[in-house]
Amino acid sequence: MSVLERPATGDASGRGAAFTSPEAGDELTIIEPLIFDSSRPGRRAVRFPLPSSAARAAAGGQPSIPEAAARAEAPRLPEVAELDLLRHFNRLSHLNHAIELGFYPLGSCTMKYNPKVNEWAARLPGLADSHPLDPDPLAQGSLELEWLLAELLKEMSGFAAISLQPAAGAHGELTGLLMTRAYHRSRGEGEQRTKVLVPDSSHGTNPATATMVGYTAVTIPSNARGGIDLDALRAALGPDTAALMITNPSTLGIFEDQIDQVVAAVKEAGAIAYMDGANLNAILGRFRPGEAGFDVMHFNLHKTFSTPHGGGGPGAGPIGVSERLAPFLPTPQPLLVAGDPAEVRRNAWSGRPTPGARFALEEPGARETSIGKVRAFTGNFGMFVRAYTYIRSNGGDGLREVSNDAVLAANYLRVRLSDAFDLPYDRICKHEVVFSGRRQKRQHGVTTLDIAKAILDHRIHPPTIYFPLIVEEALMIEPTETESLETLDAFVEIMHGIASQAETAPDELKQAPLTTPVGRLDEAAAARRPDLRHDFATESTGATG
Amino acid sequence: MSYSPHTAADRERMLAAIGVASVDDLFADIPAAVRATGFDLPAPLTEQEVRAELARLAGQNRIPRVSFLGAGVYRHLVPAVVNEVIGRAEFSTSYTPYQPEVSQGTLQSIYEFQSLICELTGMEVASASHYDGATATAEAALMACRLTGRHRVAVSTAVNPQVRRVLATYCAGPGIEIVEVPADTSEGGTGLTAPDAAARVLSDDCACLIAQQPNVFGGIEPMAELADTAHGAGALMVAVVEPTSLALLAAPGSYGADIVAAEGQPLGIPPSYGGPYVGLMAARMESVRQMPGRLVGATRDGQGRKGYVLTLQAREQHIRREKAASNICTNQALCALAAATYLSAVGPEGLREVADLSATQARHVAAAIEAAGLGQRRFSAPYFAEVAILVPDAARRHATLAEQGIVAGFPLHTDYPELADTLLLAATELTTDADVEALVEGLGSTR
Repeated sequence: MSVLERPATGDASGRGAAFTSPEAGDELTIIEPLIFDSSRPGRRAVRFPLPSSAARAAAGGQPSIPEAAARAEAPRLPEVAELDLLRHFNRLSHLNHAIELGFYPLGSCTMKYNPKVNEWAARLPGLADSHPLDPDPLAQGSLELEWLLAELLKEMSGFAAISLQPAAGAHGELTGLLMTRAYHRSRGEGEQRTKVLVPDSSHGTNPATATMVGYTAVTIPSNARGGIDLDALRAALGPDTAALMITNPSTLGIFEDQIDQVVAAVKEAGAIAYMDGANLNAILGRFRPGEAGFDVMHFNLHKTFSTPHGGGGPGAGPIGVSERLAPFLPTPQPLLVAGDPAEVRRNAWSGRPTPGARFALEEPGARETSIGKVRAFTGNFGMFVRAYTYIRSNGGDGLREVSNDAVLAANYLRVRLSDAFDLPYDRICKHEVVFSGRRQKRQHGVTTLDIAKAILDHRIHPPTIYFPLIVEEALMIEPTETESLETLDAFVEIMHGIASQAETAPDELKQAPLTTPVGRLDEAAAARRPDLRHDFATESTGATG
Repeated sequence: MSYSPHTAADRERMLAAIGVASVDDLFADIPAAVRATGFDLPAPLTEQEVRAELARLAGQNRIPRVSFLGAGVYRHLVPAVVNEVIGRAEFSTSYTPYQPEVSQGTLQSIYEFQSLICELTGMEVASASHYDGATATAEAALMACRLTGRHRVAVSTAVNPQVRRVLATYCAGPGIEIVEVPADTSEGGTGLTAPDAAARVLSDDCACLIAQQPNVFGGIEPMAELADTAHGAGALMVAVVEPTSLALLAAPGSYGADIVAAEGQPLGIPPSYGGPYVGLMAARMESVRQMPGRLVGATRDGQGRKGYVLTLQAREQHIRREKAASNICTNQALCALAAATYLSAVGPEGLREVADLSATQARHVAAAIEAAGLGQRRFSAPYFAEVAILVPDAARRHATLAEQGIVAGFPLHTDYPELADTLLLAATELTTDADVEALVEGLGSTR
């Protein structure tokens, strides 16, 4: 989710190498031409049948599209042959780093292996061809899968109820805060509670969500150990507090070791306790937020439950909520309307249907307290199929092992790299560890951006950089549980090599990356003169490089 | 079991390096009072077991043999090449292109997607994607409020109810009022949004008028007149469109739309019980700094190589935090890639064939039902590929036919009480003459 990278240029702090733009008028080298460049009139990839004469004849008696509403000129979509189309996208794909190509320790994003059987499941015609408005009797499989996934998420998190509807983590936050507001309004405190407290280490989505809901975000400082400053929190809490949004484990990769007191203080102030569940991968089987008193949490199915990140989505951001927020959940909920829930679960865990069990979507308007809909239909169902497959494959034992190994790997890197990089919070971490590149910057003028770009030359995706904001020159490393010890050791060696290079040859690091399809790009120019679409007026001459 | 590669020896080595005796020590910072003892989850499954379980659930669905169901989600051909492209691990197992040097594949494909959506809609700038068409529409309304400084939005009741419900939820956040422009659903009516009806509702503090083309009943709205009406009241025109229809229907840019929102599902994405889909949004360049969502722009590196980056990020939550244009972060990139591949694969001719076949089969089914005396068109206005048909005792017949694997469209009475006994029938290029015959025969048999 919220991963931070500051612009590489236009920064007087000396971060990164000064960008030298080529002379104006210099010919650009094109790595891969645009799909529009290979378009030639009359080329085709896919053809469709002609309407039958029966259809044409019958249609003739019906009104046709009025001329005033008709399109004047056909859209200039590319006209390409199928092989050329495939080569174009295949060549583009070769310009990407990806989990299946190499290590991807991008902190806060949980770039774990995305199992293939999940993809197989999501493409089953019985699921992929299911229309969201099919009558419930035809969609019993889709509804059962949603109901079962919600049951699994409930058990894992200790919450009373689940909504699968939100499409991503930030969308889950929006849903949770809208429910928070509905809850306070239902108690006559809607006008009075206007503030949402967020720690200074929070994801950017947290304060942005507060604004979208009409709340004011108030920042709470962290203490010297990287946790939330409890005194500052208590001082900020009051009758005007709507909610605290806290990421736990935090974006420093640290479990809030006073979390019980944090939740108690929030509850005492009559506010809602929101947990950002982005980092759930660290605590499966170890901490159940609902049980610990939280009112609401979003899950990121694309992180913890291995659905592929797709170059930036789709994700899925279901939320779990406490009893007191349940009446406000989005509609419609998938319901078990006939059958005993325990029996249906027991049978499903043994791979059996339950005779007589029947599922249905909640009727529109059935629950007047609901905040309504946050997206069309019931959510990113294809992600639910993958997450369900993943959870069932792992089982309870496997999920516990997931968190054990994710935390083990992060702590291993914490210890192995602590001689080379500063560790601002030197304590046991959870699924990720945050280093600082301040030593390299102060002593050698090598910034964290330089370090990240140097990592690229080793065919590894760099960690998240410059986030969280409270760590100077931050390097946030999340190895996940699916990387072998050999991969971790190789990474340690590379990072040590870069740290020595920072001492001996800092200028070399400023040239990095040297082996990637393009070098550091002029982001300032991109923002100054936005070129956001192909210009048909200036026909490209095609590849020159 | 998990997908962890670690052997017992690996784990021992890591524990020794860390200097702890057991992995439990790494969780000692969780306060004892709230430490979980475990959870009651099912046992792990092998691949063959988990396949059987998923096949069981897929088998519980009964995919209809004949379906005229649309209402915002349409069964189109997904060319094989689309799944081939989005199935590539280089695209599917990467994330948001924060490091552009190793993300040019994703970035250039998004740039191409933006270009394709601009071309299709006749607009100047398109975002990299939204969750779905409904959230794109809601974000378009919020954007119109930021652009105009007004706090009220007008929406036609002929905009898909799923979309309007999401719009209502999003507007409740910042306290934006929604006013409805009633479509003419009277008996013998057009089923359209009349410009004078819009004029009556548009006050001088409306940020925008939202209308859908084709509208929820399939009808072809007078978009140019509606846009003029909106602009006359100082409001922006938000056009909600269906992308395949744009092969035949005027591009929103040509009739004065200021913001365009659309559900991109028809462009190579399966129905998949509601998602993942892709929300499309396009606008004028002058309003780009108020546009929500990611944008990719072209630039160059130090050696004069052309490259692409995420740009104008000062609008976004990770830079602006509480001052961001939206909280959106993860979007629907892989679905946008599917749409870009689809549009490139079908080209202008293919898209026209899809639209033409869909429109022809919609007329075919309407004419066949009317000819058999089973029902009649509910509205008088021209339509695209979806048509509202008045069929006596529609609810019962719809349910009976569903049992036989025939979905007779979408019954409109739940969302429009005045449209009792009205079925909304959608056709696509996959609709066959045999489907039309089966529906007519089915409706006849339930008389």
